Amino acid sequence: MSESIIQIQHLTKNFGGGAGEVHALTDISLDIRQGEIFGIIGLSGAGKSTLVRCMNLLERPTSGTVLVDGKDMTALSEGELRLQRRKITMIFQSFNLLMQRTCLKNVCFPMEIAGVPKAQARKRAEELLELVGLQDKAGAYPAQLSGGQKQRVAVARALATDPKVLLCDEATSALDPTTTVSILELLKDLNAKLGVTVVVITHQMSVIEAICSRVAILDGGQVAELGPVQDIFSNPSTDAARRLVYPGGVSISQYPPSTRAIRISFNGGTAYQPLIASLAIDCGVKVNILGADTRNVGGKAIGTMLLGLPEDPGEAAKALSYIRAQPNVSAEEVEYHE
Amino acid sequence: MSEIFTAAFWAEYGGILAEGLLDTLVMVVASTFFAYLIGLPMGVLSVLTQPHGICPKRTVNAVLGWVINIGRSFPFAILMVALFPFTKLVMGTRLGLRGAVLPLVVASAPFVARMVETSLSEVDAGVIEAAQSMGASTLQIVRKVYLPEAMPSLILGGSITLIAIVGYTAIAGMVGAGGLGDLAIRYGHQRHVPSVMWVTVIILIILVQVVQSVFSRLSVRIDKRLK
Repeated sequence: MSESIIQIQHLTKNFGGGAGEVHALTDISLDIRQGEIFGIIGLSGAGKSTLVRCMNLLERPTSGTVLVDGKDMTALSEGELRLQRRKITMIFQSFNLLMQRTCLKNVCFPMEIAGVPKAQARKRAEELLELVGLQDKAGAYPAQLSGGQKQRVAVARALATDPKVLLCDEATSALDPTTTVSILELLKDLNAKLGVTVVVITHQMSVIEAICSRVAILDGGQVAELGPVQDIFSNPSTDAARRLVYPGGVSISQYPPSTRAIRISFNGGTAYQPLIASLAIDCGVKVNILGADTRNVGGKAIGTMLLGLPEDPGEAAKALSYIRAQPNVSAEEVEYHE
Repeated sequence: MSEIFTAAFWAEYGGILAEGLLDTLVMVVASTFFAYLIGLPMGVLSVLTQPHGICPKRTVNAVLGWVINIGRSFPFAILMVALFPFTKLVMGTRLGLRGAVLPLVVASAPFVARMVETSLSEVDAGVIEAAQSMGASTLQIVRKVYLPEAMPSLILGGSITLIAIVGYTAIAGMVGAGGLGDLAIRYGHQRHVPSVMWVTVIILIILVQVVQSVFSRLSVRIDKRLK
């Protein structure tokens, strides 16, 4: 097991005071490992954005500690904190680029702040723009770019100070599905190439599924579940997790307890293949669609579906193996807890 | 009125009109410069110290707000008269260009402060947060984010300030400051040569038009959000 890069211990954050006090985060403890892509998911108001801002101390925790690369962020002086922030950079939902600067100058910005000599900063900025595939946009202004391109510039800018951690705050929420996929691929790629730890904050399960190895589910300011993505997906044990994992928030508790359910995900196979119909025809097995949330993204099927398997164990096994044999489709059995 | 198209009119009044225009320009430019020297930092400080600013300081912000509001409450003519003893003490005289610049600055600095505050408030809070997340200091955020990002708006604010000060100089002219306002009063009102007054009015109209169009164009030209 690799080392921790971010350790959060008993973190609590309240806003306001007295009767109007809001408990945004309550007793959060998390360990994010070096080099992993860690997801934090929750519905709006769950405290995700506050939690990520407590990691770089844009928000100061009310109590608890935040260790980044071994340093307690809450104990640093203003000056030390500014230095430490170069190691834990951030990208945002609304990109937050400087609109009056060219892309190249935007990428130079954090290096200007860090006092990197101009020529050296420029050279590095050019390399970074190339890394995100925008070398031809160096002289363009953000207003001339598409959303996806803006986010690529923001990623290049965030990497300028060679951070150990890249925080992504709803980084794909303002993008269309196709662009989302390309930005997620970029993040995955950078994680593999540079070894930078990526923390992904999102409300979309598909984002977590696409790139994260582990996930924390945040609900009402608390960690409801924490673990490898596969485990959480196949066996969501809390209501908060089930709401997020099951398509359309469907609850399987409304079905008879004997129901065997599987959750299948379409990971970009061709959208024109009628999986359920061919399952019925090829195997003669009828499955029940309990819930579905699938989209056709550029001719590719993306999304999830919750299926109720036939009660007969033989038929259920047949259906399962048929589905698993399909390209770009994965299936896990969902355990049902009373 | 028609005499303004005669050579005799310009032979008699051309010189003093030119001088008046020059005096007005000197007063406007000098006052604007000093008004920004004082008002710009006040506006910046006001934005930084407000409750959701990057270094909230409740007391500083409140005091600053009061000072700016009090400064802006004075009608300019009254402010100028009220400042006479102070102007005499600081500038050595309360008359002429020297005497006019100080009250003009005192009147315009709070105005500038509010203009600057409004312009900087338009800068996206997310961009400020991004700069903070990269470890930028407060001074770096002011110099590299707030001011450059707000520049198109600051320039438009500059034109509004300049034009307001042109208006103030006319009032200053009534109490011995010189410039076009002074000419209009002395010749148009006291000596019954209304054509001189009308010429000054026309010059002022042209001046305001020129300032406004130059600044508006400049603001659009430098704004990279519009490209």
